[in-house]
Formats: sequence, structure tokens, C-alpha cells
Amino acid sequence: MSTAERALVAPLDVEKVRADFPILSRSVHGKPLVFLDSAASSQKPQVVIDAMSEFYSSGYANIHRGLYELSAEATRRYEAVREITRNFIGAGDAREIVFVRNATEAINLVAHSWGRSHVSEGDEVLISAMEHHANIVPWQMLCEEKGAVLRVVPINDRGEIELEALEQHISSRTRMISVCHVSNALGTINPVDEIVSMAHARGIPILLDGAQAVPHMKVNVEEIGCDFYVFSGHKLFGPSGAGVLYGRLELLDAMPPFLGGGDMIESVSFEKTTYAEVPQRFEAGTPDIAGVIGLGAAIEYLESVGWDAIEAWEVELMDYAVDRLAAIPEVRVIGTARRKVPVLSFDLEGVHPHDVAMVLDQEGVAVRAGHHCAQPVMERFEVPATTRATLAFYNTRSDVDALVRGLEKVLELFD
Amino acid sequence: MDELRDLYQATIMDHNRSPRNFGQPDSSNHRADGHNPVCGDKITVYLDVRDGRIEDIGFEGAGCAISTASASLMTEFVKGMEVARVGDSFECFHELVTGSELEVPEIPELGKLVVFAGVRAYPVRVKCATLAWHTLRSALAEDGAVAKTE
Repeated sequence: MSTAERALVAPLDVEKVRADFPILSRSVHGKPLVFLDSAASSQKPQVVIDAMSEFYSSGYANIHRGLYELSAEATRRYEAVREITRNFIGAGDAREIVFVRNATEAINLVAHSWGRSHVSEGDEVLISAMEHHANIVPWQMLCEEKGAVLRVVPINDRGEIELEALEQHISSRTRMISVCHVSNALGTINPVDEIVSMAHARGIPILLDGAQAVPHMKVNVEEIGCDFYVFSGHKLFGPSGAGVLYGRLELLDAMPPFLGGGDMIESVSFEKTTYAEVPQRFEAGTPDIAGVIGLGAAIEYLESVGWDAIEAWEVELMDYAVDRLAAIPEVRVIGTARRKVPVLSFDLEGVHPHDVAMVLDQEGVAVRAGHHCAQPVMERFEVPATTRATLAFYNTRSDVDALVRGLEKVLELFD
Repeated sequence: MDELRDLYQATIMDHNRSPRNFGQPDSSNHRADGHNPVCGDKITVYLDVRDGRIEDIGFEGAGCAISTASASLMTEFVKGMEVARVGDSFECFHELVTGSELEVPEIPELGKLVVFAGVRAYPVRVKCATLAWHTLRSALAEDGAVAKTE
């Protein structure tokens, strides 16, 4: 969005938004909670909590099997979320939406099911140096099993993938490219349109890990053109336990099941089992029904707030935070991509992130300290760990001010 | 801020800023690596053990103030100690940092190490304080395993 376009969007009423999230009014260590760790898991609006509670109080039954009204109703509500999700990410067909636990499970599903039938000895899987462990380890396991090679595209000093470098790492043996849409440790927004074009020009399928993208921007998988897209509900202001795998129907349809069990079969005998159609083929066993209902409520809530307003507010907030952090000479921000979401990873000179987070916690400021499940990123920037503050649309300028005041206290203590 | 000063005592801050026995000693015959997977802290402990006694000790690594200061103070504490006594010292130290009562019992044999008593109020930091000790124990056992706090 350009500045001029942004000016046309009705601004976000952040106080009204905050009132929707009951946890934001609590205190920690006697100080108002300043929650800056939404990239790890975000807080939940009351509508999500109510939807789940109401479902358990008056609508709960197992799905896809009961002949009684309650089960039919639960099935309708569960399947309605599939349609909400389809619409949310711009997929063409609701059968392309598979409910899983989280993005990690979704990537494992693809690596296991698609990967085992398409990757052979000597083939290559290409990822980037900014991936979360969830987009490294499943491919590593696959490559180990098949005798395939995991190749890694390096990133530049800003924390960006360079398209020329990506091109150089693609070979005639590349069977899959799997990269994040947005980096969890650096905030970088990858040029996914260009990456997908490059992959498809060579006939290579592509998976995008959207776990850190969907909480910050409107995503349209058909416009991006990716083959698989994954995300977790718990980072999208929904409950933990429900996540999404989007896969192009043609690919999903040809894939063998991931887990075997109930709900994923057409018929079972001890001699042979025929598998169900997609997406049921990939949803073995009773899923997190209430979690999916909660995810649906979260998506509807976000759409009611409006993506343009959310994106505009986050840009404003990030600019403010970047300026305030830049005024502290001891702060070095790690991840300075030209296009990024408000994930601010930084090093505070002379103080270990663990100590930074501890002092901030005493001030009521919750941040993450560590390697953010992205150890290769830490090695790339030659730091053992970073402190990470993430801003979501429910954060305010005064949250940023509290962070800065907290950092000043850290410096005073460690002087 | 006052609660934090109980944790980050002056001695701890001093040893964090200028760790003692940092680096590999001139001669050493035992070593072990330690790793806290939660925060990524890494440490290597080197020992020169002769006639059942720790003649020299050094450490390397990167960690938070608590883990660095604990490693530094531990090296001072065990230098010259009989290997047979290290286990008891670790137990005392562990009790100091994990005890549930707010009142810290007197453990005179720990000497300067009592500055870590503040850790007991912060259970998430116990692993920081004990990483060096776990690693020391591995170095003495010499089983080649990486000491972990998990």
C-alpha cells in the first residue's frame, strides 16, 4: 500500500480492538501487561473464546458420523469453517483446505505424503537460510530417508533471499522448494510471487510457510500461485490445536494418506483399505473440532476489523518502533529487510537476550529471547540468540514506549 | 528494580563483565561441552586433573549473566578441590538455587557462591545457574556426552 492509499483507509481504532482481547487488561508483576510476543503465539479475542465455549456448552458432538441432529449440526459448523478458510486465503475449492494441528504438522504431512512419493535418491529439496526449524527438520528427515540432498539458499545481510542466489541453487534435481512467506526471526517478507514464478518455470512445486504472514496481511494463494501453503491458527488469534494445510486439489488428490485411522477411509477390511477423498483422507481421527470452530471465529473477527486498517496500523507502529529503537545506540536490529512485518529481533550490546527479557518481564513487557527455533539464522548473524519484540494490530505506541523504557532499565542495571 | 538487584548481585555482574579462568588452560586432560537448548547457551569446561585433584580449570562459551557468572565463580570455587568433593558441592549449590523457601538456609561451605541464592525466586533461571556445574560433572565423568540442562 502506498502512503496515499493508506490515507484513504479508515484508521484502526486500537482502543476498541484492545477491548476485544480480555487478557490485554491484566497486569504482570504489578505492571500493565505489554504483550510483544505474538509471533510465538497471539492472544485471543473474546469472540473466539465465546465461540468455543458456546460450542462446548450447547453444540458439541463428534463430526462426520453421528446420525443424530447434534452431530449433523457440529459437522455443518466444522465444514462451514473450511469454507471460511477457503475464502480467507483465496483458494478455489474448499477441498483444498485440510485441517491439521499447526503449520509444523502441515509441513510434515507434505514432506511425508508428497515427499516420499516424489523424492528419490540424489534429488534435491531447496529451502532458505531463514527457515524456522519446522521447515528444516521434516525435509531433513525425508532427505535422510531417501538419500536426497537438502540445499539451502543463503540470505544477505539485511536478511533477504536474493533471487539470483535462489536461481543458482535450483538444479535439474530440485523436486521441491519450501520457503517461508515471512520469517519468524527476522520479519522479512519474501518475494513469493517471483519465487513461485521461478519454481514453476522449471516445473518445481512450491510450499510456502505462511505461519508468520497470515497474522499481518491478506494472503491470496491463487494469486500467489503456490502449490502448498501452511499456517497455524494459534498465531492468527485463534486457539492452539487447529492449523491449515492448503494444497492444490490436483496434488492433494494424488497424495497417499499421512496418518491412518478413522474418518480417512472409504472402506476397511483386513485385506485392503480404500482411502477417502480429500480432504478427509488427511484428517484421520477426531480432529480438534472446537479448535476449528474457534479458528473460524478468529478469521471472521479479523475480516470485521479489516485488513487494510490492520496493515496500515502495523506499518505506522513498525516505523515508530524502528525509530525509537534506532535512538538507542546499544541496539542493533537484526533483520532489516526492505519489506518486513513488525517482528523486531535485536541485539543489545553487552547484555545477553535472556537477561534483557528477564528485566523487561519485571516491567510487564513480554518478549521472546532465544534462537526462535531458527538456529541457522542466529549463526548467519553471528549471535547466540536475540531478543524479539513482535507487534500485532492490538499493540500501541505506548507499548513501544514501555519496551524502550524497559531497555533503558536494562542498560542502567548492566552499566 | 530492587528485586532484580537481589538476583543480579554486584558479584554476579562483576564476574559476568570479567569472567575468571576464561579460556583453555595451558594444560588440560578433561573437557566437556554443555548446552542449554532452551536459550542456546553453550559452554566448554576444561580440566587439568592430577592425583584426584582439580589442578587447573578454564571455560569458554557464551551465555547470559547468570550462566557466565556461575561458570566463572564455579571455576574459582573448585580450583584445587579434590575431585571426590565436587559432587557434594554441586548438591549444595543445587539446593541453594532450587530451594522453595524464601528464607535461604545458611550453607557456609558454599562461600561466595551464596550470591546465587536470588535464583531460587526465578525457576526459569535455575538452568542458567547450573549449566556450568552439569558440564563440570560431564568433564569429570569423561563419557563424551554433551551436558544438557534438559
